[in-house]
Amino acid sequence: MMAFFTETTLGMGLVILGQCLLVLIPLLLALAFLMYADRKIWAAVMMRKGPNVVGAFGLLQSFADFLKYIVKEIVVPAGADKAVFFLAPMISFVLAVIAWAVIPFNDGWVVSDINVAILYVFAVSSLEVYGVIMGGWASNSKYPFLGSLRSAAQMISYEVSLGLIIIGVIISTGSMNFGDIVAAQDGSAGIFNWYWVAHFPMLFLFFISALAETNRPPFDLPEAESELVAGYQVEYSSTPFLLFMIGELMAVVLMCALVSLLFFGGWLSPIPGLPDGVLWMVLKMGLVFFAFSMVKAITPRYRYDQLMRIGWKVFLPMSLAWVVFVAFMAKFEVFGGLWARYAIGG
Amino acid sequence: MTVFAFIFYLFAISTVLGGLMTVISRNPVHSVLWLILAFLSAAGLFVTLGAEFVAMLLIIVYVGAVAVLFLFVVMMLDVDFAELKAEMSKYLPLGLLIGVVILMQMAIAFGSWGFADGAMGRIAAPTGEAENTAALGLLIYDKYIILFQLAGLILLVAMIGAIVLTLRHRVDIKRQNVMAQMHRDPAKAMELKDVKPGQGL
Repeated sequence: MMAFFTETTLGMGLVILGQCLLVLIPLLLALAFLMYADRKIWAAVMMRKGPNVVGAFGLLQSFADFLKYIVKEIVVPAGADKAVFFLAPMISFVLAVIAWAVIPFNDGWVVSDINVAILYVFAVSSLEVYGVIMGGWASNSKYPFLGSLRSAAQMISYEVSLGLIIIGVIISTGSMNFGDIVAAQDGSAGIFNWYWVAHFPMLFLFFISALAETNRPPFDLPEAESELVAGYQVEYSSTPFLLFMIGELMAVVLMCALVSLLFFGGWLSPIPGLPDGVLWMVLKMGLVFFAFSMVKAITPRYRYDQLMRIGWKVFLPMSLAWVVFVAFMAKFEVFGGLWARYAIGG
Repeated sequence: MTVFAFIFYLFAISTVLGGLMTVISRNPVHSVLWLILAFLSAAGLFVTLGAEFVAMLLIIVYVGAVAVLFLFVVMMLDVDFAELKAEMSKYLPLGLLIGVVILMQMAIAFGSWGFADGAMGRIAAPTGEAENTAALGLLIYDKYIILFQLAGLILLVAMIGAIVLTLRHRVDIKRQNVMAQMHRDPAKAMELKDVKPGQGL
């Protein structure tokens, strides 16, 4: 029986399929409750109640919304490019899903343990801009088009600083594999061994760039409702709109996973002595998501030129300087090799 | 057919299809989208070759940056491609001639393809255990560092050239001084007055 799953092509294919479902189904379920949590946190900051009708404490609100979206009518604008119009939300959703193939939740709990994992995530997140551009263009309407242009410029700008921050972490680890990156943060000092100490300023830069990359407030200019109605989503309804929403939220959760893997030691326990495990990873992702929600609730939206100025004139030079700094620190092993963990990792 | 052969043919066919549709698509935006498909499939081919680092770079650089700019330009410019294509018929014979010449050159080259004596011995040996990311890094940053830096310098010069050609300082527009704005003092910029009812200021 075991031989069937480890030797035959069909068996291995079934195993891979099972692993994919094992990641995907909990993720989609978690997404429903994260959506609910996001709205509840937002409401609590504004002293509203938030969703509270469907299910106990409104826990089933996201499922009700899901049903509502899929039974609605799909409206295609006249003059829209039909093929691209429907391709855009699918691309947005699929790209958000496939990035999870390389994200580990525990030591070895990963669908595909490739050695360029972090580059893969970066490549997939750089493709996510296509869903937005194609959606905005295919709608054949002015607001979506403006929204998609904004979004393209914004996502390209912030990808640059995200990439440079990741390079700093790669230099420290000497590997692009997430398992190695987390293993490099292991040590006797627990929480103080993680990269947030060694790469302290970059943690904030990464977090803010992640907000901009995922079009979250305060950088949600592509869908700024006061100027562009809803940006690239204006003409979308029903399931295509739902796919956009899920894709967007999943990208946010992916960024939470990245922050906890790169800076907070993934599945490592913060206190030496306590066992490491998947619960720590989930807890850390939840905390980062809470930070994302709080930022959404308490910050006003940026102006577009300010957004571009911060991206190119503040974040880019800072992260570039940090790469040079880390390179020197790792080369000469300053502070007992605080920045040079490659002896431990890869 | 093994799984790998199947994957190879899948990517190969979609690369060729993407390239073909790029050329014959009527809508320029569709052309760029087909081009992106061709890039992605080429990246898939690299992965099947075991060159995962090159594949990721192809996606990040070409699809993630270059093709986005392509798409941007094509979407923004209102070029009448039908008219351009109508003009193309004038140049069709010349294009065909070039195509035939290239085809014949390739036929000659591949027809008499052979290795020189001892060529097999000079082919780089497989690196074995080394990851190709690390191997490429060592090659570029240790062995060919000067060539690599020179290539970067050429790109920098090209970039500076483009900026110099297009930069013009305009004095007749209002500019924003961010530092001055950030250091404004609310106490100096505005004054609060207590207005008595019925009196005004």
